[in-house]
Amino acid sequence: MSFKGKVFLVWMLLAACFAAFVASFDLKLSLIADKLPFLLGLHLTPNGFIQGLPLTLFLCLAAMVFSTILGFLAALGRLSGNPLAYGLATFYTSFFRGTPLLVQLMLIYLGLPQLGPVPGAVPAGIIALSLCYGAYISEIFRAGIQAVPNGQREAAAALGLPRWLVMYKVILPQALKLIVPPLGAQFISMLKDSSLVSMVGLWEIMFLAQSYGRSSYRYMEMLLTAAVLYWLLSIVFEAIQARIEARFPQGRH
Amino acid sequence: MSTAPLAADKPEMLRLEGVHKHFGSHHVLRNVSLSVRQGDKVVLCGPSGSGKSTLIRCINRLVSHDQGRVLVEGIEVSDHARDLELIRRDVGMVFQQFNLFPHLTILENCTLAPMWARKMGKKDAEALALSLLERVHIPDQAHKYPPQLSGGQQQRAAIARALCMKPKVMLFDEPTSALDPEMVKEVLDVMTELAAEGMTMICVTHEMGFARKVADQVVFMDKGEIVEEAAPEEFFTAPRNERTRQFLCQILSHE
Repeated sequence: MSFKGKVFLVWMLLAACFAAFVASFDLKLSLIADKLPFLLGLHLTPNGFIQGLPLTLFLCLAAMVFSTILGFLAALGRLSGNPLAYGLATFYTSFFRGTPLLVQLMLIYLGLPQLGPVPGAVPAGIIALSLCYGAYISEIFRAGIQAVPNGQREAAAALGLPRWLVMYKVILPQALKLIVPPLGAQFISMLKDSSLVSMVGLWEIMFLAQSYGRSSYRYMEMLLTAAVLYWLLSIVFEAIQARIEARFPQGRH
Repeated sequence: MSTAPLAADKPEMLRLEGVHKHFGSHHVLRNVSLSVRQGDKVVLCGPSGSGKSTLIRCINRLVSHDQGRVLVEGIEVSDHARDLELIRRDVGMVFQQFNLFPHLTILENCTLAPMWARKMGKKDAEALALSLLERVHIPDQAHKYPPQLSGGQQQRAAIARALCMKPKVMLFDEPTSALDPEMVKEVLDVMTELAAEGMTMICVTHEMGFARKVADQVVFMDKGEIVEEAAPEEFFTAPRNERTRQFLCQILSHE
């Protein structure tokens, strides 16, 4: 049997052990079957919004886009000689890496209205996730950009290329090879952290699992279902990341 | 090559006046003054740490000088971004480590700057690039990636890339120092051909044979100062300064 075949066998064995272990809890599978369509978002909420897995995905995808943009800008600020940009970037990353995501979420959802704007739950969730992860992602971009040999910058500058073009055409393409793996890891982590957004009452996976658990007094079924759903999403994310990584095969001389 | 002092009727390409540079407490360039006219081939030599690489990097402001003036075609080199980009387009540079962009093909390496900085169309840029790759004798490598080429081929491609911008001056920073010995000749031959075509060149190198054949002026630097400047025959056969003599003893004992 090939290596892959043997690994697959190991996985199947471990899955079987896991299933046996779970089966020993005497779970009410009918409850799971009942609530699964809601967790999977196959029905809209009474107010007509998406819920469950699609909502989780929506929050994550939006936050992924914004956090990447924020992270890139913060990295540029951190690398620049401009005191304003540097100060802003370092302050931002320090605060948002130094405080818990839950606190940030609460500050935005409950605290922001005191200053005027009242964010809805979805924007608050996306903003909190983006700001928090943008701070971590900025370090990933910074490390990747700095890892590109200085000679590349020198050669591009010597050709008379403007700085934005040097970044876009020379530095970033080479930095991306180093950036994609840790970036992917951040996104997978974000997927799990999105469960915190249940605290502001968004009907994503965790919120639904907890509320069904509470109402039926059957937490184990609901939490395990939620766990499996997150796990499956993570597996899909990892597969996508592996495909993307495969597109950066160019080695450096 | 010509023994006459720099002819008065040729326009001045480069001038350094009283240039100083410090890296922290290290005084890397001390009161360096140099004048290079169009068509001149200047070879810069000296022990490592003498400031040769720093000097040529001050010309296209890869390093910014602390004191004194640097003028390229009469324009003063400063931090003003717009002028700097214009100056850099007329000054080509070839590096010891080649610094080709590994994620682009050789052709793309060459067409990047003309297309973006000189706003050339893609077809024109590619035609120009191919003609220059022919000039450095590697037209068949156009669609390969830099890591697939030998060191000598990569350096020749780097020369072609710099030439694609049609520079008025070419700076060479130890272009053959990172090459295996058997590939040094092919790069020096390209540089010799370039010199014969009238390019203004400043070359930091340890290749004294090349200096003897090609240079109009040989400039010896030590500890950040220009110690001696002379035409090759005079420089190699009758150096005036003791430090120059010591350096030549060390370097020529290998040849």
